[in-house]
Amino acid sequence: MAEPLIQLEGITKTFGEGPTAFQALKGVDLTIEAGAFLAVMGASGSGKSTTMNILGCLDVPTGGSYRFRGVHVEQLDRDQRAYLRRRYLGFVFQGFNLLARTTALENVELPLLYRGEHRKARREAAMAALEQVGLDRWADHTPSELSGGQQQRVAIARAIVTQPDVLLADEPTGNLDSERSVEIMKLLQRLNAELGITVLMVTHEPDMAAFAKTIVHFKDGLVERTEIAAGAGA
Amino acid sequence: MLFTTLLLSLREIRRHLLRSFLTTLGIIIGVAAVITMVTLGNGVSASVQASISSLGNNTLTVFPSGGRRGGGNAPPSFDNADVLAIRQQVSGVSAVAPQASSSALAVRNAQNWNASVTGTSNDYFDAQNLELAGGRRFTDAELSAGKSVCVIGDTIRANLFADEDPVGERFRLGTVSCEVIGVLKKRDNAGFSDPNSTVVLPLKTVQRRFVGNQNVLAIQVAVAPGYDTSVVKQSLTGLLRERRHLSPGQPDNFDIFDSAEFASTVQNQTKQLTLFVAAIAAVSLLVGGIGIMNIMLVSVTERTREIGIRLAIGALGKEVLMQFLVEAVALSCLGGMIGMVLAFFASWGLATLATLPFQFDLSINLISFGISALIGIVFGFFPARRAAALNPIDALRHE
Repeated sequence: MAEPLIQLEGITKTFGEGPTAFQALKGVDLTIEAGAFLAVMGASGSGKSTTMNILGCLDVPTGGSYRFRGVHVEQLDRDQRAYLRRRYLGFVFQGFNLLARTTALENVELPLLYRGEHRKARREAAMAALEQVGLDRWADHTPSELSGGQQQRVAIARAIVTQPDVLLADEPTGNLDSERSVEIMKLLQRLNAELGITVLMVTHEPDMAAFAKTIVHFKDGLVERTEIAAGAGA
Repeated sequence: MLFTTLLLSLREIRRHLLRSFLTTLGIIIGVAAVITMVTLGNGVSASVQASISSLGNNTLTVFPSGGRRGGGNAPPSFDNADVLAIRQQVSGVSAVAPQASSSALAVRNAQNWNASVTGTSNDYFDAQNLELAGGRRFTDAELSAGKSVCVIGDTIRANLFADEDPVGERFRLGTVSCEVIGVLKKRDNAGFSDPNSTVVLPLKTVQRRFVGNQNVLAIQVAVAPGYDTSVVKQSLTGLLRERRHLSPGQPDNFDIFDSAEFASTVQNQTKQLTLFVAAIAAVSLLVGGIGIMNIMLVSVTERTREIGIRLAIGALGKEVLMQFLVEAVALSCLGGMIGMVLAFFASWGLATLATLPFQFDLSINLISFGISALIGIVFGFFPARRAAALNPIDALRHE
């Protein structure tokens, strides 16, 4: 059997030191196969976002092992983790995190800039990504000129422009109304189905989690249970 | 990589025009203020120095000093015998010029001019470094006979003779009709005693026909090149004390004005003035620096999140840092250059307005440029370095 895309074993994460230390993760085991669409659910403080940040190499675990395509991520240094993000991972945040005063097109181009792609290639790839999310006609608008749903779709375009293996989304619909939320979820579903991108999503809304193929429930820093989801709207 | 960084930095500068402008403004003000003040200070220095050098190099001028001694008698003035004695007995003296002065109205046709009248010998021209534009100096016969012949300054020539050649012409000076035998070259930076509006006559002529006594008001002694002024001054003092019958312990009843000493005193004072001005300038540089610092620190939150975003989408820490460094360097250098250009025109304009010489000072340009660029870079770069060292998620969550 092929190696799973992502394998977490006994991941722990402690914030702070001494008596005020808080253990957010108490030994998370999780295996994710390529092509998965995983929704992570749980109460606030259950460790779902922390797990997501560690999966995305935005944060480092205190203990345990994290293998990505067989590579021990916990042994990589800062720059190596940056290269890993650059090559394999795409991010979508609850707060969009687009660069202000920067057009949608330039925002989407940014990851390609760090990859050293040429101007023409950057432009074409960024336009293609914007087309994927249905915003090619808004390429020249800055975030302040776009609605929340549009901003999130720009962020998704930025995340997929590098054709990553994994798209990590932390509460991607948290700032949106239900109609826009469904649009975003359908978009993620389509990217998962059509481009084969593995989607990992944190959400606290069961309606949104229902769009995933698998739902992982967190409780008190541990994985409580895993269920197969309905795959709503599919 | 370098090109990418440059592109990113320039984009950021363009996108945040106000922030960039404020940063640059601090540097512009700092640099321009420092350079302008120091340049003007240098101009004042140079102008004072020019005035001093117009006194003639290394001259000692002897005056009878004020009568503050017991009895209240005015000290005796000098006479021709003193002049002769100095010439013969003091070594290291290249010219000894007795002076008797007055002032009189110079009149020719409908023109007149209030001139200062100096009676002296040919040594006067040497001691004061005065050159003739035309004509000649006095002959021995003219000097000993006290003839009414004169050498006139450029202002007198211009006012009485306009475009005519004055040599050989006569004009009336007070009650005396005198013949022009020579004209002095125009002197810029006229200094304390303006030779341009002076009429120079033989000593005897002035004593007899203008002041009406045999007194010599002052004696100007030029120190020959290679001689120590203080040694000459000492033997001059010794000789004069002896001739004026002063016993040891009695104070001098004459003063010696040392142009070199005076020059160095004045130069020291202008140097202090320049230092003072530079200190004020340093304060404005500091204020400018604080301005830069503030605007950099204020934008740290926004920029920390930006750094987080860049790190999250795969930028290396050093790439982000390089971008911030290039931004800071570009803004600081731009501000510095604008400041220098501004300072150039400001100090040139002010110097012209105040009729001071414009003295471009490269070192102060470089120093103030360097300091403000350094401030800009340090405060642009170090907060960024702190942010880039965070985990991306912490940078993203920075409030």
